[in-house]
Amino acid sequence: MEAQSRQTKDRVPAVEVRDLSVEYHSGGSVVHAVNHISFTLEKGRTLGLVGETGAGKTSTALALMRLLPDRVSVIPNGEIRLKGDNVLELPESHMRMMRGSIISMIFQDPMTALNPIMTVGNQIAEAIRNHASDKMTKEQVNRRVEEVLELVGIPAERKNNYPLQFSGGMKQRVVIAIALACRPDILIADEPTTALDVTIQAQVLALISRLKEQLGTSMIMISHDLGVVVRTCDDVAIMYAGEIIEYGSVEQIYGPGDHHPYTVGLFGAIPDLKSKARRLSPIDGLMPDPSNLPTGCKFSPRCPHCTEACRQQEPPETERDGHIIRCHLFGGEKV
Amino acid sequence: MNQHDTVPVIETVDLKKYYKVRKGFLHAVDGVNLRILQGQTLGVVGESGCGKSTLGRTVIGLHEPTEGKVLFRGRDMASLTRKQNRQLHTRMSMIFQDPYSSLNPRMCVADLIADPMVINHTCSNRQERYKRVAELMDTVGLAKRIAGAYPHELDGGRRQRIGIARALALDPDFIVCDEPVSALDVSIQAQILNLLMDLQDEMGLTYMFVTHDLGVVKHISTNIMVTYLGKCVELGTSDQIFENPCHPYTKALLAALPEPTLEARNRQFELLKGEIGNPINPKPGCRFASRCPNCTEACLKGDIPEHEVEPGHKVSCVLFAPQSNEETL
Repeated sequence: MEAQSRQTKDRVPAVEVRDLSVEYHSGGSVVHAVNHISFTLEKGRTLGLVGETGAGKTSTALALMRLLPDRVSVIPNGEIRLKGDNVLELPESHMRMMRGSIISMIFQDPMTALNPIMTVGNQIAEAIRNHASDKMTKEQVNRRVEEVLELVGIPAERKNNYPLQFSGGMKQRVVIAIALACRPDILIADEPTTALDVTIQAQVLALISRLKEQLGTSMIMISHDLGVVVRTCDDVAIMYAGEIIEYGSVEQIYGPGDHHPYTVGLFGAIPDLKSKARRLSPIDGLMPDPSNLPTGCKFSPRCPHCTEACRQQEPPETERDGHIIRCHLFGGEKV
Repeated sequence: MNQHDTVPVIETVDLKKYYKVRKGFLHAVDGVNLRILQGQTLGVVGESGCGKSTLGRTVIGLHEPTEGKVLFRGRDMASLTRKQNRQLHTRMSMIFQDPYSSLNPRMCVADLIADPMVINHTCSNRQERYKRVAELMDTVGLAKRIAGAYPHELDGGRRQRIGIARALALDPDFIVCDEPVSALDVSIQAQILNLLMDLQDEMGLTYMFVTHDLGVVKHISTNIMVTYLGKCVELGTSDQIFENPCHPYTKALLAALPEPTLEARNRQFELLKGEIGNPINPKPGCRFASRCPNCTEACLKGDIPEHEVEPGHKVSCVLFAPQSNEETL
């Protein structure tokens, strides 16, 4: 009986987001940062959230952590379940316990994410003291700090160093150590390698993949870089103007077959090392203003296949073996 | 064939730029030789801190070289009088990395683009100047209605177009592009790269393109120079570098590049150990030795000479030293 209940508990997805929207209210205008997105992250898997600046990737992550600035942001509808618990209904004190030990985040820029006047060891210890689920003695905290530093490949004796004594790649390792300090089940990595050089990026990506495997963490990887996503993720959600316009496994998104015109455009715009063609094929136009989104399909003003229907009606969802495309081109049937 | 085709637009001879710091000298650029012919693009690739921006700035005269020479169409820039120098600087310009911080937030678009003409007194008639501004805005694809807008009202792609219009304002021959697309999204990045290539074809511009992104450099460059800690480690045509990379650092850079394909997902890639070294008072020998998988004793002995592995393709690595040279070392 107990085993059975544990089994059902195991089958609860790590993250379940249903119909989530995020708005920012400022100066009389409403910015629609995230619009009715739904996705599920199964235990132990990695989901990539891909999109350009302003697509709503970071707003989604902050909503999951419940770290959105409460004065200006509003979640008008939606449901976020972390291991079954609805995050939006929890009291702040409970949420504080969940941050760090259930869900944790690696921030984008290691140069600004760390406190410059605190030793890295103290910063890791601070995360443990604030968020660990059970009380720990000073020695236990100390031991854990050394453990996580070793885990991310930094010698434990460097815990008394300040951030300025570390290089960019090493600082990002410290940020990862802080995120892992309380053994979270779910890890959100927000552009973890964007501020790093390519050779260092490769090291940090390898580290993240190894740790994920070793600790069995479920992960959401936010990136604008399709190359980073293919190396690290199992599933991919492509975001545009606050919506998930295509969702599927890595094989479905990167493989041949039907794709959303924006996905096609995004792949086409990347400088290709193999192609001999000199000109690139950019996507015409610009991202729409999120406080004044077009009606119908949000991508229609830039889309090469745009029709009258696209400008007026929300595109239907087409699903084939879990591969979802929101576009008028593909009828809307679900198989 | 006239002289312009054979004399390089820009040539440097053993160019060095050191900065004095408390512990000694920071070798930002250390003995770089390069030649860029009319209408060509030299891509300078490397990681942060390897001196590629300093190289661009020294070539264009924003920094004075510590040693060595910069020749513009065969004339040594250091030998010119102030007046000549000033005139020369209207022939070269620069596009900066960050379109968010390189534009004066208190000037409108039209004034920003007119600014270089005002500073250099090239177009003293106000009406003509703004006619030229309208032309430039058209060239770089900015709508006329935003002439009165301020930078904060515009997105990154449009701001970078302003930066390009400013660089073109004096009708230069040579432009140093310092990471012009790294602050932009991919779909916008492709628009700006295409614009830069179109302008080159139309106006016969010569570019030095400084970037950390190998994919970008491959598309725009005729020749590529790979730098590591102030030294040029490999120089060749774009095809030579991508099809036959020789220096272990070039190979590592290419291997570390995340390709957006399914094959790249399963490929095992070799990780480069360690991080970029310290440019302050570097030890003799190969600068890359501490991270190099092929490091031998010969790498630590002294300066690594350049070897030509195929015509126009130079590598500074002991692995490619001719046998006879190795014996004399």
